[in-house]
Amino acid sequence: MIRLIAMRELRSLFSMPSTWFVLAALQFIFAWFFLARLEAFLEIQPQLALLANPPGVTSTVGAPLFNTASLLLMMLVPMFTMRLIAEERRNQTLALLLSSPVSDTRIVLGKFVGLLFFLLLLIAPLPLMLYTLSLGTHLDHGLLLANCTGLVLLIASYVALGLYVSSLTTQPIIAAIGSLAILAGLWLADIGAPSADSPWHQFSPLYHFQNFNSGLLDSSDAAFFVLFTLFFLLLTAKRLHNNRIYG
Amino acid sequence: MLATLSNATQQITLSARNLTRSFGKRPVIHDLTLELKRGEVLGLLGHNGAGKSTTLQMLTGCLLPDSGEIDICGISLQKNPAIAKSHIGYLPESPPLYRELSVEKYLLFAARLRGMKQDEISDALIQVLQRCGLEPVRSKMISTLSKGYQQRVGIAQAIIHKPDVIILDEPTVGLDPAQIRDIRHLIRELGNTGSVILSTHLLGEVESVCDRVEIMQNGRLIYGDSSDRMQHYGEVFGFTISLRHPPALIELESIAGIESVEQLSETEFRILHTQDNNPGSALLSLAAEKGWQLTQLTPLHATLEDVFVRITSEDKS
Repeated sequence: MIRLIAMRELRSLFSMPSTWFVLAALQFIFAWFFLARLEAFLEIQPQLALLANPPGVTSTVGAPLFNTASLLLMMLVPMFTMRLIAEERRNQTLALLLSSPVSDTRIVLGKFVGLLFFLLLLIAPLPLMLYTLSLGTHLDHGLLLANCTGLVLLIASYVALGLYVSSLTTQPIIAAIGSLAILAGLWLADIGAPSADSPWHQFSPLYHFQNFNSGLLDSSDAAFFVLFTLFFLLLTAKRLHNNRIYG
Repeated sequence: MLATLSNATQQITLSARNLTRSFGKRPVIHDLTLELKRGEVLGLLGHNGAGKSTTLQMLTGCLLPDSGEIDICGISLQKNPAIAKSHIGYLPESPPLYRELSVEKYLLFAARLRGMKQDEISDALIQVLQRCGLEPVRSKMISTLSKGYQQRVGIAQAIIHKPDVIILDEPTVGLDPAQIRDIRHLIRELGNTGSVILSTHLLGEVESVCDRVEIMQNGRLIYGDSSDRMQHYGEVFGFTISLRHPPALIELESIAGIESVEQLSETEFRILHTQDNNPGSALLSLAAEKGWQLTQLTPLHATLEDVFVRITSEDKS
């Protein structure tokens, strides 16, 4: 059932021209940024070579690329999550799901998995682009793996939050603005916090991504993402249940 | 054989007991009890805002009742929602269509969502496409279809998994007369194998497809009976006559058996009489004798409209 709902979600996504447009535009941006970083790297490479322990191509091209992707996706994911439940409610298709022999948790998981899978397709070219560099140089696979893991966890948390906000309203656009406001708010609270040990850092998914970005696999960061995602998925399931109570 | 057949027709597919529901502090449904047997089409009749849609939403599990119980084929909807719901097919007020999917893909999704097995689905799909007249548009995107076709897709998704209980909220809205006739025929057919509840405010619909009628007013069921009997509810006995040369009113009133005469126009009269004393023949012979020149005699027939208005206004008073 989870797979069925996820597939339906994907099918609907790919039947919209805007999806293909975003997909194309984002690949263009990624590629542009990748090439720009690569060019910059090639320019400073002679100077870098003089250093005793020079940073490799993975950390000068790869890590910033993932960092940019994490910021871009913060703004982009709400555009995709907004439809998930709000639009079903607006088009009154939610009745089909609610009257079907499928539990609320499965409906939520189906939608979550569907969109997550789409976003994975969206970011799949990132590591592929970087791996083309292995034709000419050695890559830091550990750093790449940490970045990929971090980005997937980060996206999962974005989707869970967006899904929850989408379940609160009937208007997709309000859902988009709402989840963007929350994500941007958490990010701003993080970068605006004065001291390094401020608790504001701890709430921001982007803050927890930083360690992954620099190649550090910290279980507490991973735990944050898992808990963050589960928390909002549970809230969404609860909200769907409340839908039956409050109408 | 006969015993099992009558057993099957008597099987209760849906029973709702003492449902109440309020939105905020506003009570919408009061103590509603409803039963549906296999082979039955039940019409839920009521004004707009009488609580029909809310009732249907509760019966499908889209809305939880504040109190009361619902059993679908003997399975509690509250305790065992997943199993109970697989016996339900539901068409809400506006059909729940994913407009970006093709008719076929959408119906396949609906069938799988209701837990149908893969090998049953393709047969069910062919059957439902044919039954709802959707074959010519099977591969078209739903958003490109006309309102009538969309409504039919809505009905198709409700019946594709051959549910025991089919719940249709105003199924013929937005259809043209020919389509309405087809859909009513289909509903009648569905009622023979399963059981159907439909809500409507069209009295003709009740007359033509329903076995039984429940009238709802302000969240209560105020009248329930077979639809044939409902038509005889509070029936009046009498006829209207047209006379080319009418006599004085008193002359008509004096005929034995006539209770009252009301002059509708210069030549038309409405005559009421008691049930067992029909003055028709006396009137005819008098008319011939005195040269009143009777041109028309029509028995009064209570329409469902009359009955409906009478029942709902009685409840108000």
